[in-house]
Amino acid sequence: MPNVEMTSHLYRFFPQLEHLAIRVPTGSVAEVLRAVDAIAPGFTDYILDEHGALRRHVRLSINNALVVDRKTLSDHVPEDGTLFIFQALSGG
Amino acid sequence: MATTLLLGTRKGTVILERNNNGWQARDILHAGVPVCYAARDPRDGTLWASLDHGHWGPKLSRSRDNGATWEDVLSLKYPKGARHIVQYLPTPDFDPMAPAGQPEYKDAKVYKIWNIAFGAASQPGRLYAGTIPGGLFISDDGGDTWELNRPLWNHASRGGDLFNGEATSENHWGGTPASIDYGVFEPGIHSIVVDPRDPNHLYVAVSSAGVLESRDGGETWVVRNKGMRMDYLPDPEAEWGHDPHFVTACPGQPDHLWQQNHCGVFYSSDGAKTWKKVSQPDVAVHFGFPIAADANDGRCAWVVPARADSERMSIGGGLFVARTSDGGESWQTLRKGLPQQHAYDIVYRHALDAAGDCVCFGSTTGNVYLSEDRGDSWQCLGNHFPPVYSVRFG
Repeated sequence: MPNVEMTSHLYRFFPQLEHLAIRVPTGSVAEVLRAVDAIAPGFTDYILDEHGALRRHVRLSINNALVVDRKTLSDHVPEDGTLFIFQALSGG
Repeated sequence: MATTLLLGTRKGTVILERNNNGWQARDILHAGVPVCYAARDPRDGTLWASLDHGHWGPKLSRSRDNGATWEDVLSLKYPKGARHIVQYLPTPDFDPMAPAGQPEYKDAKVYKIWNIAFGAASQPGRLYAGTIPGGLFISDDGGDTWELNRPLWNHASRGGDLFNGEATSENHWGGTPASIDYGVFEPGIHSIVVDPRDPNHLYVAVSSAGVLESRDGGETWVVRNKGMRMDYLPDPEAEWGHDPHFVTACPGQPDHLWQQNHCGVFYSSDGAKTWKKVSQPDVAVHFGFPIAADANDGRCAWVVPARADSERMSIGGGLFVARTSDGGESWQTLRKGLPQQHAYDIVYRHALDAAGDCVCFGSTTGNVYLSEDRGDSWQCLGNHFPPVYSVRFG
């Protein structure tokens, strides 16, 4: 089952995910995020807009490869893969 | 006498409370998160904050225990099929008289929840929210669920019902520079006025389109821009394209509306049927963002003037508030207690409020000033707040 790891900033909004080894069924990035949302309701609202597209300042990677399909999140997360959730750098 | 102030700031929500030692700020809430608007629902005391997360999208946050705990409200979203015609920031060679090109369409999403307004006492649970890109959302269950007001979204002035094809696609709503931070140039609803006498009587103000009125709870909307003048399009009295920065009404005399516009201060004493320009450039009352109306006297309002586009800061290095008590016939400039040297503050559209004799404003320089005598004199409540986006008594 793939792992999901994320920027620690998200733990502020979803403390139930901190210290949790998140392992969810393999599938598309969209399916993996939905599985995380089932653990932490509201999670996908932070990552995706109302059309299910990745928010502008959020980046995802599967292992070391950035997710290419930001609109429908169809990239496949393999059985032994890790989906990383990053926030883009910003100032201010 | 008002005893609580809510600040929406670049770094969170600040609550100030008046006690025997004066005004004291509580520890910041939503620490680190930009809060573009914060207000208290006067009907049940619920606190509302519009969060403008840079990374995680716009969110509403609600507290039913006076700020001790907050919960996300994630239900304010555009419905599937909501589209709008894409706007572009005018380029230097923009020709407003040139024939329009083929419109481009975009699926709507919320960039910013710019304003929150509360329904009348007779409509408990009724809330309004205005967004960039120009949608009015309505809740009838205290904010648990929200619906896009489709009559306004589908208004003929915006190209008609784009849920069902291309409609007329004749769009008269322009973008607001406030949307540029989100990588777009789309309209925004920043002002929502509910008539205390009739909860179905509403106004909204749109940058950059103008003022619209509904008398049937939002089922139909009519333009209310008569008398407004602009200085950036060839026809200053064109029906659309106006840029109200903020519109408010006197609660005790709701037919008296006030508007700080990009092109001056406007006043209406007939329920926005006609507007009259009441700027007085000779006393520097013209440009600015916020405006506040007196609770009882419809002829009385306050503004915080600024130097227009070329500078966008206080005028001549001195910060002042201007007050009229005669419907804009004359203005008094009020400076006592405000810095008159090396002040470069700008006050945003939601960052001035009045309650009884109290008037308060906050600036993007992080200064907050309060008057308890209708503006005659001012005290500083702090110089080191984050940039202030909204100030509301509550």
